[in-house]
Order: sequence, then C-alpha cells, then structure tokens
Amino acid sequence: MEHIYRSLVAIVGERGVSNRPEELWYYSRDPGVLEPHRPDFVVTPKTTEQVRDIVLLARKEKIPLVPMGNGMALTGLVIPLKGGIVLDMKRMNRILEVNEMGRYAVVEGGTSQGMLKAYLKDHHPRLRHSLPDAPPTTTIAANVSLHGQGRLTQQYGFNSDMVTGLEVVLPTGEVCLIGSPSLGPYWFSKGPTLPDLSGLFLGWLGTTGIITKVGLKLYPNKKFRDVELFVTDRVELVPSILYKLTHLEMLEDINVWFQPRPLLFKDNYHITLYFTGDTVEEVEFKRHMVWDALQEFMESKDGGFMALDYLKDTLLEMPQRGVAAFADVPRGGGFEYSGPITLIEHYPAYAAKVVELAHKYDVLYASSARLISGGHSMMFSISFAFNRADPAMMGRVKAALDEATAFALDMGGIPWKPNHFEQRLTLERLNPNTRELMRRIKMCLDPDGIMNPGNWEVNEYETSA
Amino acid sequence: MALQFNENLCLTCPTVDCLEKCQYLAFGPGEAAQEMRKLIQGEDCRLLTECRTCYACEEYCRRGNHPFYLISERREEKGIYTAPRPITRQWYNMTAMQGKPLIGAVGERALSLCFIPLLGELGRGKLFEEVEAASVFGPEFMCPAVHSHFAKMSVIKERLPQVIANFVKLGVKEVICLHDECYGTFTSIAPAYGIEVPFTPVYYMDYLLTRLDELKDAIRPLGIKVAYQRPCSNRLIPQKHRLVREILDRIGAVLMERTYQDEQALCCGEIIRTIAGWRLADDIQGRNLEDMVQSGAEYCVFNCPACQTTLSAKVRAKGLKPVHLIDLCKMALGEKTKED
Repeated sequence: MEHIYRSLVAIVGERGVSNRPEELWYYSRDPGVLEPHRPDFVVTPKTTEQVRDIVLLARKEKIPLVPMGNGMALTGLVIPLKGGIVLDMKRMNRILEVNEMGRYAVVEGGTSQGMLKAYLKDHHPRLRHSLPDAPPTTTIAANVSLHGQGRLTQQYGFNSDMVTGLEVVLPTGEVCLIGSPSLGPYWFSKGPTLPDLSGLFLGWLGTTGIITKVGLKLYPNKKFRDVELFVTDRVELVPSILYKLTHLEMLEDINVWFQPRPLLFKDNYHITLYFTGDTVEEVEFKRHMVWDALQEFMESKDGGFMALDYLKDTLLEMPQRGVAAFADVPRGGGFEYSGPITLIEHYPAYAAKVVELAHKYDVLYASSARLISGGHSMMFSISFAFNRADPAMMGRVKAALDEATAFALDMGGIPWKPNHFEQRLTLERLNPNTRELMRRIKMCLDPDGIMNPGNWEVNEYETSA
Repeated sequence: MALQFNENLCLTCPTVDCLEKCQYLAFGPGEAAQEMRKLIQGEDCRLLTECRTCYACEEYCRRGNHPFYLISERREEKGIYTAPRPITRQWYNMTAMQGKPLIGAVGERALSLCFIPLLGELGRGKLFEEVEAASVFGPEFMCPAVHSHFAKMSVIKERLPQVIANFVKLGVKEVICLHDECYGTFTSIAPAYGIEVPFTPVYYMDYLLTRLDELKDAIRPLGIKVAYQRPCSNRLIPQKHRLVREILDRIGAVLMERTYQDEQALCCGEIIRTIAGWRLADDIQGRNLEDMVQSGAEYCVFNCPACQTTLSAKVRAKGLKPVHLIDLCKMALGEKTKED
C-alpha cells in the first residue's frame, strides 16, 4: 500500500493525503447508526485533473474510491464499506460563475451550501438557491447527487431537478461534460434538448462517477419572507389540506410535521407554510389566500392557525437548527431518519407507522414531510433520536429504520438516500428489467467496480434476459 | 365548583350595558336583554357563537355580575367552542404543569412571572431589586384565565386551585403579579367561583407606583407622547385601569387621547385572529394602529407581553416605538435608553 500512498502524494501533495489512524477513524463513519469501516487513505484534491489522476490510479490498483462531500447524509453513503480511498471534495470549493440574467451558478464539486448562500447574499442579492435544512457545510454536489430537497423544492422540484449541467470524472478517467456546457460556454441546461445524461449520475450515490462541477438553477430572492403554521388533530385531513394549499401555486415551501415533545406540539399535525413577496401587500395577499383556502377546516373546528409571533424567528431560519435540538433530546446527539418519497394521500398511513415503530422499538420519534413539486409527491421523514453512547438504543433505531423502509416499499414509496441495506431491499423489489438496465449502465460506466462499492450493487443480481 | 352568578341582577338590568356596549355584536331594540335571558336559561343564542372573547362585558357590567364567564360556561356546556379544536388542545397541552417550575429565593413575597419568559427580563433592575430574587415561573404558577378564550372554564376550575396551592406551599403572604391577567384571575375569576386566595395578590402597577415614589429623585421626566394598548385581561380589573395614567404622570409621559382607549379599547387581535379569522383581526388591528398614529403618539405602551409580541412589528411599521410600561419606567430611571 505504500506505493499507493506515494502515488497519491505525487498527485495531491503531502498535505492532501493521509493514512494516519486518527484521520482514518474520522473518515470511517458518519453521524448515523451504521457500523464504521476504515478506509486505507483519504485524499483531498483541489482540481479536476487531480481527481482524474486519482481515479486512474484507483483503476490501475483496483482500489475502491468513495467520493465524499461533508458526509452528512446519515445513511452511511460515504462509509468506505470495502476500504480504499475516500475522496474528500471539500477543497474544491470555488464558485466559478453566477449568471445573473440566466439565473444559474456553476460551482466546484466540494462547494458548500453555506458558501453559495453567503456569496449570493453578498454579490447577487436578488438570487437564491434551494437551501436544504442541513448544516451549511453540506455540499451542493452531494445534495443533488442523492436527489436532495430544499427550501424551493415545493415550487421547483428536487434539487437535482435544478441542475443545469455537470462536469463528471468517469470511473474510467475521462472528464465528461453533461448538458449545455458540452456544446458551449453556458451552463443553462443539463439535458434538453439533448438526451439527459445527468441521470447517469444523479441518484447513483457516487457509484458511477465523481461530480467535479455543478451548474445549478437560481431563483428570485424576494424582499420579504413570512410563515404561517396551520394545525389539525385529524391526520386523515392532511392530504386534502395539502391539496388545497398546493392548488394556490404561491407557496415557497410546505412542511408537515408532528412530534410528541415539547407539549406545545403534542397530539397535533403541523403544516408550516412559507411565502414570499417583494412588497408587504404581496405577502399579505398570499397570507389571506392561504387562510381563505383553509377556511372550511376552521369552520368545522378541525384546524386552525397558530399564533406564532414568538416562533417566527425560529421557523424562518435557513437552514433550520431544530433538527440538532431534536437529536439531543435523549442526550448523546444522534438522529437518523428514513425519508421515502411517496404520495401525499399516503400521509396518514405513514404517520401511523411512525408512532407504531416508536412504541415498538421504544425510541423517540419526530416526523417532518416536505412537499415536492406542487404536491406531486412528498418526502416523509421517519426520524428517531438516539444517544451515541448507547449501542442498544442505536440498535433499536436501526431496526426501526429498516422496518420503516420495508413499510415504505410495501406502500409503493421510494427510499431516499437509502443505506446499503435499504438499497438491497429496493433492488430486490425493483422491476427485473429496470434492475438489468441499471446493471448494464453500471457495468458500462464502472467496469472495474471501483466506485463506492457496497452501494447499488446491481451486479449481484442475475440478468433477466 | 360553580360560577356564582346572580341571574336576577341581569334579568332586572335596565341597561344591559354588558351587551349593548359590545364592540363586536350589534343588537336590535330589546334584543340584548333577550340574548341575556336566553343565555341565563341555557337556550341557544347569538352570544354562544358570535362572542369574540374580548372580556369587555366584564367591565361594562355595572352590577358586579360575570357575563363573560357565563357565556364561556354555557359554551362549554353545549360543546360550542370558540377556536379550532387543535388550537384549544395546544393551549391545554402547552400550559400543563410538568413539575419543573423555576422558584427563586421566595420569602413572604413572591414575584410572579406567570409562564411568560419575557416577564423575566422586565422584572429586574432597580424597580424590582427587593423582589427579583423571589421570582417564580412556570405553568405551576400560571394564571389559567387564557382558557376562557377557548370556552374551557373546566380547565380554569381544575388548574386555578392547583396554582393557588403551589403559591401557598411556598409560604407567601403576597404575590406581586407582573402579568395583568394573573391579578385578574386571583381577584375576579377566583371569587366568581368561590375559590379562596389565601395570600394577597399585588397588582404590578401598584407596586410600580410605590417604587417610583421611593425612587422619585432618580426620575427624569421622559417628555414623550404615548398611546396605551389595553389588554383584554384588564377588563377583569377595570378598577386598576386608572393606574396607567398615574404611572405615566409620574414619569413625565403624556397619554394621548384617542378613540380606542379606556372602555373603547381594542384588543391586540391575536386571539380573535385564531377564533374569527384574519378579516376581523386585520380590521381591529388596522383601526387601532391608525388611531394611535392619528393621536400623535411616538410610543405604543404595552401592559401585556402577549399584546406586545403580537403588535410590536406592526407598531414599528407605523412609525411608533413599542415598549412595555415597565421598560418605560426604566427609561425614566435611566436604566434603559429610548433607543433600547
């Protein structure tokens, strides 16, 4: 292995590579409940050329390569299940371009959400991107590669739908441009009217290539942003409430959540509604439209709006820090969730399952769903907090999450950023021809199987042909 | 535990001021008396569905009866709740006692912060230096009057004796109530239900006046014009309303005359938004704030922290500065600046 280490030093320099145990310890785990696994090396490239050279080295040495953003997916996607090299992308963090009129940005593959947010605030205050409710150190490339969501997902779809172009280092070492940048200098379209090749990389969880540049759509940043919080105690009404709200076509974001603590939130389902405007009148108009849309539920006394002046600052935070607070309720600061993508009409069934699992496994629950693309679907998070110093509790959380994923699949949902166990569950149920198509794509792009092995292991399934 | 309500007082009332003066319901000739008769006899009537819970009828009644408590009792008897069920439930849950009150070095006197965090900061400084260490906070010491907005008098009857017992356990002889509604609860709701209060509730404005007299050499008259936002709870203790003017006089602030003050005061509107919708709430807040502006006031002075939280941003948007009455006193004592 020494020669690999020397080769990596030759590519990225002494300070860009490590095989020291304390650093390997750190890179062997993520904040979720999965078992750690040690890599052999960690490298931190600064350029696409360095990434390419590392890929060529890994291919030559047949050593696994695990691309990593900030490692906050919680589902072990950057745990090097078969060892090898963890490719920490965070030094590739430049914002290369913002096209104000075209409303897109081009960033390097390790650029964080917080960096882009701050840059836009300072230099392009009329623009914003779809910020996820994750720590600001999480990276844009990782987020789109696992079909993440953000503050603008209700309006515009998954954050991966907002990609306008990619630069990818293929597992065979070629540097490939996807979308309009493959034809010219502009990064305005990831696919149309070309075949949309971004699908070869988005959702593949780093098993088909390494994203070194991302083009990302930006959206108008309105001067005012406000929030309302509607509550109901009848879970069966939630889908129709959401249907009425999405019919308005004027809400920035819609989150549905419930949790047993603090008592303020006990026994109710909460729908947080965000809206924006360039004038106070625009904001108030939207607020009134929202209230009127839900009037029937108020008249029947089944739902109402909370007085929330004292909660507004918390609710308007971007990203929100409530998740961190939830993680520490049982002390020990751990939390993980299963977040299947599903239909809003299934909300009541999922909500019941959360409570059932929490009781069955004796764990603390919370749930927050985010509407996607005007209500065509939603991400339903089944979240459990745990104490990192309590292996038994972590085991119960893992079992509860596994059962949650099986339930989601039974309900026709799609697991989001599934861990390797959940990927296996998914592949087992996948249409065989679809699975075969995935296998062929994987074989074509990564013939040596070096990319994030242990994830999307389609090669383990017999061909259906 | 029953409401001590003298039906004859109402059935023989020549004016029916409680309803005739209502700012939200208009009655035809003789209709108000009919409504009250129906209410007393447990019949369906407009009051049960249209009352906006502003508490003002408690003040308008000149005969010492409790029309608002009766309306709320009848509503609960008939299951006619004011607010959406989940909102009512939320208030019930969030104010439940959890056995984790914050209790200072309480002797014979306690300073009640109710269950309102904002009162903690208000109850500090020179004005409260003798009592701030004796502060108590938490649902265990919270006046449950808010549940009357939701026609849940049963919650008040269940919790108020517990709150009183919690104070008694501390061995206090006096409780200084920083929340207007706490004083209203101990001196209006408790006697209306025959609940004994075995300590002396002290209204914070009485306490402020005493302290301002003691600190009069330190007072620098503010020379500012103010409008006053009277809270709903103050309707339970109308005899204390005059203290606002006395305090403002002491600190050199001028209370501007305006349409919506004293008996005609409009509430902050937030509970009304919850139970009646945005149109009425916006109307109330719009008229109220415009009235403050027209009066020439520079400051909007609050008594209740909930009103202050609700209206502060809107007051600022109108060019007025929101401030609690206690902070205004602190400004006069040089503990706070006008910019604070």
